Amino acid sequence: MSKPVAIDVKGLSVGYGDYVLLHDADYQVNKGDIFIIMGGSGCGKSSMLRVLTGLIPPLKGAVVINGVDIATAPAAEVQKIREKSGILYQSGALFSSMTLAENIMLPMQQYTDYSPSAMRELAHLKLALVGLTGFDDFYPSEISGGMKKRAGLARALALDPDIVYFDEPSAGLDPISSHNLDDLIIEINRSLGTTIVVVTHELASIFAIGTNSIFLDATTKTITAKGNPKELLKNPPNEAVYQFLTRGEKKK
Amino acid sequence: MQKKTGNNVEFKRTEDNALRLSVSGNVINYDNPEFFADLERQITAKPQRLILNADGLGEWDSSLLVILYESIRAAKAAGIECDLSELPQNLRDLMRLAFADDRKPTHGGSAKMPFLENLGKATLDILQKTSNVMTFLGQICSSVGRWMSFRSIMRRVDFWAALEDCGPKALGIVSLISFLVGLILAFVGAIQLETFGAQIYVASLVTIGMCRIMGAIMVGIIMAGRTGSSYAATIGTMQVNEELDALQTMGFSKIDFLVLPRMLALLIAMPLLTMLADFMGMLGGAFVGVFMMDLPYQEYWKYAFNAFNLKNFLVGVFHGFCFGIIIAVCGCYSGLNCGRNADSVGVATTQSVVRAIVWMIVATGIITVVCMELGL
Repeated sequence: MSKPVAIDVKGLSVGYGDYVLLHDADYQVNKGDIFIIMGGSGCGKSSMLRVLTGLIPPLKGAVVINGVDIATAPAAEVQKIREKSGILYQSGALFSSMTLAENIMLPMQQYTDYSPSAMRELAHLKLALVGLTGFDDFYPSEISGGMKKRAGLARALALDPDIVYFDEPSAGLDPISSHNLDDLIIEINRSLGTTIVVVTHELASIFAIGTNSIFLDATTKTITAKGNPKELLKNPPNEAVYQFLTRGEKKK
Repeated sequence: MQKKTGNNVEFKRTEDNALRLSVSGNVINYDNPEFFADLERQITAKPQRLILNADGLGEWDSSLLVILYESIRAAKAAGIECDLSELPQNLRDLMRLAFADDRKPTHGGSAKMPFLENLGKATLDILQKTSNVMTFLGQICSSVGRWMSFRSIMRRVDFWAALEDCGPKALGIVSLISFLVGLILAFVGAIQLETFGAQIYVASLVTIGMCRIMGAIMVGIIMAGRTGSSYAATIGTMQVNEELDALQTMGFSKIDFLVLPRMLALLIAMPLLTMLADFMGMLGGAFVGVFMMDLPYQEYWKYAFNAFNLKNFLVGVFHGFCFGIIIAVCGCYSGLNCGRNADSVGVATTQSVVRAIVWMIVATGIITVVCMELGL
């Protein structure tokens, strides 16, 4: 039995003004998947993520989440979708004037009726989930890059989201921190059943965590491959995908 | 035919109408402008193919690669076949690498456009920017409306932090500059008034000047440079660090969260700072009058208070209020529209100060004309 669909992307074109980065993208992200959006630099991965999260409008097409097209739906409905989504940005994007706990409590203050003490306990729990127990009162400037990403993930999980988006989670991390973050993503996906969408070009992460994926090709400006990354490596549909997944090896 | 283009770089025509470019010996720091002119002439003569030869090549640097690269490029552009087989393997590899275009630019970058196209683009750009500013002002009004009806998400702690920054922390610099401005005004006035034996009117001059406009203008300039630029830099850095994206995707209004506390803080602080500047300016004038022009202390303050006019004072305070709005709008707008790299934070900061000062001068002009019409 196929899984229910979390995100349905139909005929999507992504770009800025007259400049089209990607056109006619059609794909679905199933609930509970760890879905990888991969491709070379400049293929439009991050822009695709910005469209999925509603930061920029699509040039054309629709992004349907829980039956709502976020490009055309009224602001109130889009807001509801956002409340059930979390995002971890490349840099963590923590608010530098707030402690880690305050960063995590911020969305709770806005969207829940928890008392301040309950919010603090929840923030403590979220930090513990990402391995940052005891860092509640630290400011972002006082922790390392890897810890900032973990704290960013804790904030992304603040409202128990259905979908969490990751923008280049391994960027700027050493191999061990990167591996640990991958494990954390798998753990959260398994234990919370959260749908995860990851934009990355880190091969190790792609193979370690991805259950489904799409490959964006900068030359054709289209999606040229879909499927499980390991399966794509075994049966690459074209040379570009093979080269990408083998760090530039030529197909024999 | 053989032509020498340098000590060890030479063109030679072969019998089968091929052009052979031979490089030999040491090719280090090769810089011969004649080479390119000669290359053009040789290529224009349409040889059947270009043979690149490096027999006897000694030491070489990137200037050799330029010779080879430009020769191949010119030949390719003229549709002439290139033969690299006489080059060593490493040079062949480098040339292959140099000509391996893995991706072509998809748009013209910032190439020059025709004048009319440029003009049209600039006009559209101005219209777009005007529309953005109007939208921003509308969003601020709506945010103030939400705040007045207790629906704003502004955090009180942000407001108090902003107020502390533009209030108590600005007292020192505002006091010092205003004192010095009062002192300068008194000096300049004293030189002229002394010729008529009317030094005592220095007190009136400084009081009217500071209270009516100079106090507010000085506070405006100080706060545009100190606080407006800090707003632009802080919000711009948040843009670079993706914090603004995070706010937006969490569904927070950037205006409520970032602009409103800063604007309210400036609206409260600016009129108060203007009053302080007025007083400090008068004190500066008194310093010159009493200690340098030997005017009696009581006499100086008597003339100062006589010249003090509530209308002038309130007009000055109103200027301060308007400047507060301008500084907050310019600082926050520049920060929110900042690009996503470190350089753009600097640009946003500069823009915020320049915009604030320009608009403060424009506002002063408008207020002055209106006051004149109203007889104030």
